[in-house]
Amino acid sequence: MFWGSRKTIDMNYFPDEVLEHVFDFITSHKDRNSVSLVCKSWYKIEKYSRQRVFLGNCYSISPERLIARFPGLKSLILKGKPHFADFNLVPDDWGGFLYPWIKAMAKSRIGLEELRLKRMVVSDESLELLSESFPNFKSLVLVSCEGFTTDGLAAIAANCRFLRELDLQENEVEDHRGYWLSCFPGSCTSLVSLNFACLKGEINLASLERLVARSPNLKSLRLNRAVPFDTLQRLLIRAPQLVDLGTGSYIHDPSSEAYNKLKAAIQNCNSIRSLSGFLEVAPCCMPAIYPICENLTFLNLSYAAGLQSNELTRLIHHCRKLQRLWILDCIGDKGLGVVASTCKELQELRVFPSDPFDAGNAAVTEEGLVLVSEGCPKLNSLLYFCQQMTNAALITVAKNCTNFIRFRLCILDPIKPDPVTNQPLDEGFGAIVRSCKGLKRLSLSGLLTDQVFYYIGMYAKKLEMLSIAFAGNSDKGMLYVLNGCKKLRKLEIRDCPFGDTALLEDMGKYETMRSLWMSTCEVTLGACKVLAKKMPSLNVEIINESEQTEFNLDDRQKVDKMYLYRTLVGHRKDAPEFVWLL
Amino acid sequence: MSVIEFDGHNITVSVKDVEAILGLKNESVDIHEVVSKENVKELDANYNLNSFVNHVQINRFRTFSPANLKAVIGLLLLVPSLTLRRIRSYLEKFWVLMSPPLLGVEEEVQSNVSSPSVDCGLGLKERNYLGLSDCSSVDSSGVSSLPDNNKNNLNLKATELRLGLPGSQSPARETELCLLNSGKLDEKPLFPLLPSKDGICPSSQKNVVAGNKRGFSDTMDGFSEVKGYAYAEKSWMFHDAGSDSESPQTVGHGKYPGNSGANVILSARSPGAQASVKKDEPANVLQKQPHATNGINLKQTDISNNKSSAPAAKAQVVGWPPVRSFRTKTLATSSKNNDEVDGKPGPAALFVKVSMDGAPYLRKVDLTTYSTYRELSSALEKMFSCFTLGQCGSHGAAGKEILSQSKLKDLLHGSEYVLTYKDKDGDWMLVGDVPWEMFVETCKRLKIMKSSDAIGLAPRATEKSKVIN
Repeated sequence: MFWGSRKTIDMNYFPDEVLEHVFDFITSHKDRNSVSLVCKSWYKIEKYSRQRVFLGNCYSISPERLIARFPGLKSLILKGKPHFADFNLVPDDWGGFLYPWIKAMAKSRIGLEELRLKRMVVSDESLELLSESFPNFKSLVLVSCEGFTTDGLAAIAANCRFLRELDLQENEVEDHRGYWLSCFPGSCTSLVSLNFACLKGEINLASLERLVARSPNLKSLRLNRAVPFDTLQRLLIRAPQLVDLGTGSYIHDPSSEAYNKLKAAIQNCNSIRSLSGFLEVAPCCMPAIYPICENLTFLNLSYAAGLQSNELTRLIHHCRKLQRLWILDCIGDKGLGVVASTCKELQELRVFPSDPFDAGNAAVTEEGLVLVSEGCPKLNSLLYFCQQMTNAALITVAKNCTNFIRFRLCILDPIKPDPVTNQPLDEGFGAIVRSCKGLKRLSLSGLLTDQVFYYIGMYAKKLEMLSIAFAGNSDKGMLYVLNGCKKLRKLEIRDCPFGDTALLEDMGKYETMRSLWMSTCEVTLGACKVLAKKMPSLNVEIINESEQTEFNLDDRQKVDKMYLYRTLVGHRKDAPEFVWLL
Repeated sequence: MSVIEFDGHNITVSVKDVEAILGLKNESVDIHEVVSKENVKELDANYNLNSFVNHVQINRFRTFSPANLKAVIGLLLLVPSLTLRRIRSYLEKFWVLMSPPLLGVEEEVQSNVSSPSVDCGLGLKERNYLGLSDCSSVDSSGVSSLPDNNKNNLNLKATELRLGLPGSQSPARETELCLLNSGKLDEKPLFPLLPSKDGICPSSQKNVVAGNKRGFSDTMDGFSEVKGYAYAEKSWMFHDAGSDSESPQTVGHGKYPGNSGANVILSARSPGAQASVKKDEPANVLQKQPHATNGINLKQTDISNNKSSAPAAKAQVVGWPPVRSFRTKTLATSSKNNDEVDGKPGPAALFVKVSMDGAPYLRKVDLTTYSTYRELSSALEKMFSCFTLGQCGSHGAAGKEILSQSKLKDLLHGSEYVLTYKDKDGDWMLVGDVPWEMFVETCKRLKIMKSSDAIGLAPRATEKSKVIN
């Protein structure tokens, strides 16, 4: 619109308000970042108009600096611990505390409305402060967080009068069996989304029913295990408008009245598109949900350990429009065949292990994956825990699906080769990175040599996150990746023979990345020190759980866990004793 | 479990497991064979072991459990073309990589093997009761099977609970290291590096099979499902673990990859081999022996022990497979609950009082929140640790010579205490004598006693055996 006239129009000619209005249409963080770099005036306008900020690492910047930079902040996404914390590789007290952020924002009277946290330590205190400090607070999403109890939730419920979203995903919450749900005031009618599936304790069912009844806009409701079948049935009668339903306990006698009522109620819920839950489930009750399956786009049965392969496949038969499927490996290769022939729209598949420590069971293999790749051409995101994988299968998959953005394959046995040829899986993964040009996230497993990293460095040009375990032969492997993957942001490595040479070869690279994790590799303390000294913009943390003090170690000692990330604030102040900041 | 058993004369190897460990082959059927000289050759021919060994990166092995490492070592020994010198160099590399627990394992095995197996058993005869209660010898009575009441001993060994993390008894460590480094390695010292089961003589095995305990017979059912056992005689003997109660059974054979487990462990094992036992489902109490030798690398081993469900031949690695711990926990509870739905409802809370000699306070624990002896043990450890710490300061360390930091830790956990319980009949028993479920049903009180006071206490199983005998 500005280039229509022959004369070049100086954008600065516009009043700030106009530019600000234009900027409002730019929603992507990346684009906004670019906009702010154009000139001082744009920087200033962008600064005051930016409402949404994403921070991939809570230690990369201080809360004060964030607030100074974006005083109009309304929505904040914040991440804490490294990803490997999910798998118990990061000690509990490592850090990632929310409180300083809330405190700083409260102090500066930021008009916070939305907060999304991942892997942060959230105390009740911070939740209370949060609930009291931001009168317009609307949305709280906590993913894999810890450190709080239902008391903190009670404060949110009681004080955030305009709360629309309370979404608790896989958090470790201490449950005081309180009536936190009944703390929602009678005037609270704004809820759109309520997810408390991760809570373990009892729920005040009467309060829950009343809350649901007075929330006409409720679209998403995910219950926990403590909510029984008949409550579910009553909730569904009150909230037929639900789009996203997570059941609690789904066990009842199929000949009972409650069952028939639920069957009737669920038929009215024809806007349901997403279904999850079934933490406890009676397979004989599953037919009640068949009527809504036709419309489902997302089905998450990854906690439904009570369903066996035949029940799963019967259900899948009804789900023709699925785009995302999360399921346990009980489904078996055959069941995945049914998925392949039924779900033509499938884009995302996650197959979780029903028993991660026992590969002998009903786990899926390369067969299932090949079938899905043949039947579901739109597949672009995969998380697949399997018992074995072959190069041939991966090559076929790469041929069938070239759209993968996320490809995470976990062979339960960490260094298992191709069972047919006994070869490493280099060629298979190589085929994946070669054919999937848009690949952003990749997790490797199985027996792998440096060759696979050669392929990754050569072909995975858009790769942003790479997880490596038990792979490679030498420093070369890591170097291929560091040199080749220009877009790499997060690299996590465990139990690989990568050492100081690889670590120190291109230190500037780490400034372009968010973080690097290396545990049980060949990296020495001395090398980490060198790195820390040469790169002041990086924090190099050694996590030392062996009770040795730093002074006892000589520089040749290998470090067990090293985590490094770029930061603007220097050393963090809240590190526990076992974390050394170099 | 270990894939290689050596009893002084014969080596029994689960070829399948070795293959699985080395990633040579993958099948879900368990086939155990005797590795005879012939089929070692065959193995060598098929997989070119020699070159394999050359090519495998040593640092891969860090992911293996001690059992697996031993398997590898065992395999080295079996490859005919490998010279002892080569083996030794490998061993030295392993040594560097081996975590302390493995050292422990080897030491213990070493010490066990140094005396003929039967003698071992006999020699320890009188020590047996005391072995359970006497603090200083708690663990060192490694080989406890006695010809006459060995079935009970096996059971006991399999079920006994020791407070604290054992592992402080590794007197052989220094010598062992010297041994390795001295270069005087000849064939004899090498073999003992294999997990030994010398204390468990064939005669004892059938008793296991015929075991009169509920837990055992249950598990034996599972055990006998394991198929594909070959039996061979001559010098390469295979110990059949099948249902044939007459055949000697290789205890260590308990576990195979792909065998979902449950069952196998109950094969009682000599403590020397215990360290390599991986445990399965919590329900299977019998498996929950304390790991006699694992105590040193506390953190690491503890975590993997608690996970307790990986097939032994698989690497048991913290954080692998990469499943969110939240998910693991949730699934664990949900499958438990689903079970309850099928059967009976879960038991209500079952609180029992816990007292400790000399401790100024009582605690209560809900037995239903634990599913194994080990869990209970560690919970109690936590509850009373502050107190034991003080106690140990005074006399706990006496008699131990060299104390590394980690060893000290073990001592502090106070192995001079034993856990006892009062059963329904009001009798005080040593905890660990019966399967967990039975224990939960019958336990009325718990007491952490000074082991010197507990000497008179007989484990239930032993009493029974007396009656039987």
